Amino acid sequence: MTALLEVRDLQTHFFTRAGVLKAVEGVSFGLDRGEILGLVGESGSGKSVTGFSLIGLVDPPGRIVGGSVRFEGRELVGLEASEMRKLRGKCIAMVFQDPAATLNPVLTIGEQMALAVRAHDDVSEAAARERATTLLKRVGIPEAASRLDAYPHEFSGGMRQRVAIATALLHSPSLIIADEPTTALDVSIQAQILTEMRALARETGTALIWISHDLATVSSLADRVMVMYAGRIVESGPVATTLRAPRHPYTRGLLDSLPATAKPGEKLNQIPGTTPSLLSLPPGCPFAPRCPRADAMCATDPPTIEIEGRVLRCHHPLDSAA
Amino acid sequence: MNQILIAEGVTKRFDPSISFGDRIAASLGATIERRAVQAVSDVSLSVTAGETLGLVGESGCGKSTLGRMLAGILPPTSGRVLVSGIAPMLGRHKVTTRIQTVFQDPFASLNPRLRIGDSIAEGPLTHGLTTRAKLPEMVADWLTRVGLDPAFASRYPHQFSGGQRQRVAIARALAMQPEVLVCDEPVASLDVSIQAQILNLFLDLRRDLGLTCVFISHDLSVVRHVSDRVAIMYLGRIVESGLAATVYAAPRHPYTQGLLGSVPKLRLEADGEADFRPIAGEVPSPLSPPSGCAFHPRCPRATEICRTERPALTAREDGGLVACHHA
Repeated sequence: MTALLEVRDLQTHFFTRAGVLKAVEGVSFGLDRGEILGLVGESGSGKSVTGFSLIGLVDPPGRIVGGSVRFEGRELVGLEASEMRKLRGKCIAMVFQDPAATLNPVLTIGEQMALAVRAHDDVSEAAARERATTLLKRVGIPEAASRLDAYPHEFSGGMRQRVAIATALLHSPSLIIADEPTTALDVSIQAQILTEMRALARETGTALIWISHDLATVSSLADRVMVMYAGRIVESGPVATTLRAPRHPYTRGLLDSLPATAKPGEKLNQIPGTTPSLLSLPPGCPFAPRCPRADAMCATDPPTIEIEGRVLRCHHPLDSAA
Repeated sequence: MNQILIAEGVTKRFDPSISFGDRIAASLGATIERRAVQAVSDVSLSVTAGETLGLVGESGCGKSTLGRMLAGILPPTSGRVLVSGIAPMLGRHKVTTRIQTVFQDPFASLNPRLRIGDSIAEGPLTHGLTTRAKLPEMVADWLTRVGLDPAFASRYPHQFSGGQRQRVAIARALAMQPEVLVCDEPVASLDVSIQAQILNLFLDLRRDLGLTCVFISHDLSVVRHVSDRVAIMYLGRIVESGLAATVYAAPRHPYTQGLLGSVPKLRLEADGEADFRPIAGEVPSPLSPPSGCAFHPRCPRATEICRTERPALTAREDGGLVACHHA
């Protein structure tokens, strides 16, 4: 069986007046059917642009300049816009951070969900509404049938995100890309959505790419984690072992920055400095200027090391002992 | 115990203003519905010198409104606040420099047209805490203390990153030599690695200056890290308070239990699925809070008394306070 998604050496650059911004620079990974992949990084690491690149949602001045994205054996890079549109929402769906921005404020929930159904399937309005009702029930919206006639502003933030998730599920896609879907929500609502997303992915066999800055959320949801820094994947592997014994100094630094891993009141083991500007990256490993293990060798591109199901790019990986 | 910050029965109600159109409609006999929001209801608390109190709650629970009343930025509708024995506000005006605030968004709290050196100097100069001659030295000193290059004094806020701007905001607040610092979500908009740097800076400065702090955040792990005591808020009221270690280890109020159970933990073992125990339902609108205990519609332990009678915040044997009929 071939993998659901096979990404090879993906490069997405933004051609701005200030220069070429290499937002995604040589990203490669595979995703199996039904797998949940957590894509982690800080702002500007390229995690969202990676997600957008997969379904051709990169706007100018951005452009995919190299690499390949194979989905169910089919090449998506360079695919015609009309072909891409047939795929989007049908086979690959997306859930964004801010449901207030993705739902149309002047259409009722029922109207826009029916539009989404009929964009790909030639069914009657009534049948489309019925499918919408079924999915709204599934994501835990009470009195789903009567809520179809409500407008987005009549829903709370958590309920709106549920509507967005239900819309993504309308065509039982084989892949959902979720970009920070719970970041704007309160913890008690986030826990509800996480529980439901996980159950839905397991039930329907939908693969999920969960883009987040929150390591704790990813650790409780994903099967595998990929850590991005300055447009590159610096480390990836099974979620529990990777976070328990990270081998890339950046992953270690991120984990040590979390207050949850430290004793209350004690100083956190912080990473010095700030993320570099993508316009002026240092040569070689982009993390080198902040890295405690960096030496002269780090001015050259780090090798990609594959070991025990882990992939990392580093000249001086940490020991695997844990 | 030297209680430096005291709030007694503090309440804040926001009344919607009546527009001209509404007034005309009312004079013509229409009934205009005026729904007031009670953002904070009857909150009493005290913070002893050198202590950090964490205020936790979800959006809309009133933690920021309470923080603003403590800081003397917002006058309470009723009740009173005392900072070192005096009220921080006279009418609508703040009359003390003893309490200062660091806000969440340093983009909004720093004047974009003022060089950051001038932003830091403005307050101390106005209040006579320093002289014009000593200003450059004072500004340089504060920039160094918050980990910035003193040469940055002549730069504008847009030339800084989010983390650096938050350092400037901290320097500006501390240059007023306050006894109490109110931090309202100071790290919420920062990346994890930058958040760690700011938290470390906060811990250092608090120790060096012997500051008393109120730390407001929705992030339970951040609050746990910096606080000696915590107060959990729900719909404008404190539902539980006590020593941070005790509350986190053995929460008593069902809401606190639910909140702590909802937080995703960093899982380092591949032993089955992570265990979430989400609280059912959503936070009700503060426009029409539930009767009795505000948490009863979502509470797994709610009974008849919870629907009719509001539980008082009562002291327990270990010194913690809980507002629940069943805890």
